[in-house]
Amino acid sequence: MHVGILYSRIRRDEKLLLSELRNRGHDVEKIDVRKQQFSLDGTTADISNLDLVVDRCLATSRSLYATEFLESYGATVINSPKTADICADKAKNSLALANAGVPTPVTKVAFTTDAALEAIESFGYPCVLKPVVGSWGRLMAKIDSRNAAEAILEHKATLGHYEHKVFYVQEFVAKPGRDIRVLATDGEPIAAMTRSSDHWLTNAAKGGKTAAFELDETALELVKKASDAVGGGLLGVDLMEVGGAGSGEYTVHEVNHTVEFKALNEATPVDVPAKVVDWMEAKAAETSDEKAEAPAI
Amino acid sequence: MTEAECVECGAELSLHDDLEAGEIIDCGTCGAELEVIDTEPPVLDRAPELEEDWGE
Repeated sequence: MHVGILYSRIRRDEKLLLSELRNRGHDVEKIDVRKQQFSLDGTTADISNLDLVVDRCLATSRSLYATEFLESYGATVINSPKTADICADKAKNSLALANAGVPTPVTKVAFTTDAALEAIESFGYPCVLKPVVGSWGRLMAKIDSRNAAEAILEHKATLGHYEHKVFYVQEFVAKPGRDIRVLATDGEPIAAMTRSSDHWLTNAAKGGKTAAFELDETALELVKKASDAVGGGLLGVDLMEVGGAGSGEYTVHEVNHTVEFKALNEATPVDVPAKVVDWMEAKAAETSDEKAEAPAI
Repeated sequence: MTEAECVECGAELSLHDDLEAGEIIDCGTCGAELEVIDTEPPVLDRAPELEEDWGE
């Protein structure tokens, strides 16, 4: 298999992936998107012999455009630009989950500080204000009072970028000090872990403590539905337990499309990069079969 | 293990054998984040600052 890796920074996740691919004898083409140009009919990147292109861009903006261009050249890209488009934006993510019947936190979007304040007041306190684009728990606000709401909204309105004027307000889910991260390929879980913290944000990037987690039937079903809702692929599905730890009732708050998995690899006995590469090999074989069956033009 | 110089403080850095272009390493002396620009021979530069759309 000849695999292209789109990147702008090699994290430990990419190192694990590169090592597994090379150990299996696959050819790897590292494509630093910062050095490339993408025109309407081709790119400066050498993609001519690639069976598969894996998007591992750290910057969401680059991920969105690079995958879109590459797919237009006929490359098989994981994850697809459609999936990236939904997952990169929390509002689109929430809509896709809700439309697929996946339980997800109650969410409202408003475009002015006045309308956002009304939305916040309708939830009551605490509630949560999140940037529509962002990761690792950055710029997330748990709002405990009207005074705090007014101050945060004013700050957001003056931050400059138009995305900060898309106010994404959400109910505060009283999770049991932890949430659940599931790494899945086309809805099939590879590994799952809890992320625990005394802080309301439990992201591993914020220092949340990780531990392996066994998914029950309900969670398995939700992971599959959430994956399908965003178009499938290699995804990180995040769930919160509603009604306490082990309640068996969940809400899915988001799906991530350039998912990091180093923490899962350490927290669980699963050889995560091996499982990811197994799936990539199956994807490449599928693509190759489809191309062979396609009628010659 | 190879060595390179920190572009921020000039300290000598010991680099791992499985170094990858695009990887970030920390200077143990000054704490600067450095990006590996090339591996043979190793070339380091100051890593880009965190951008708002970075993440997963």
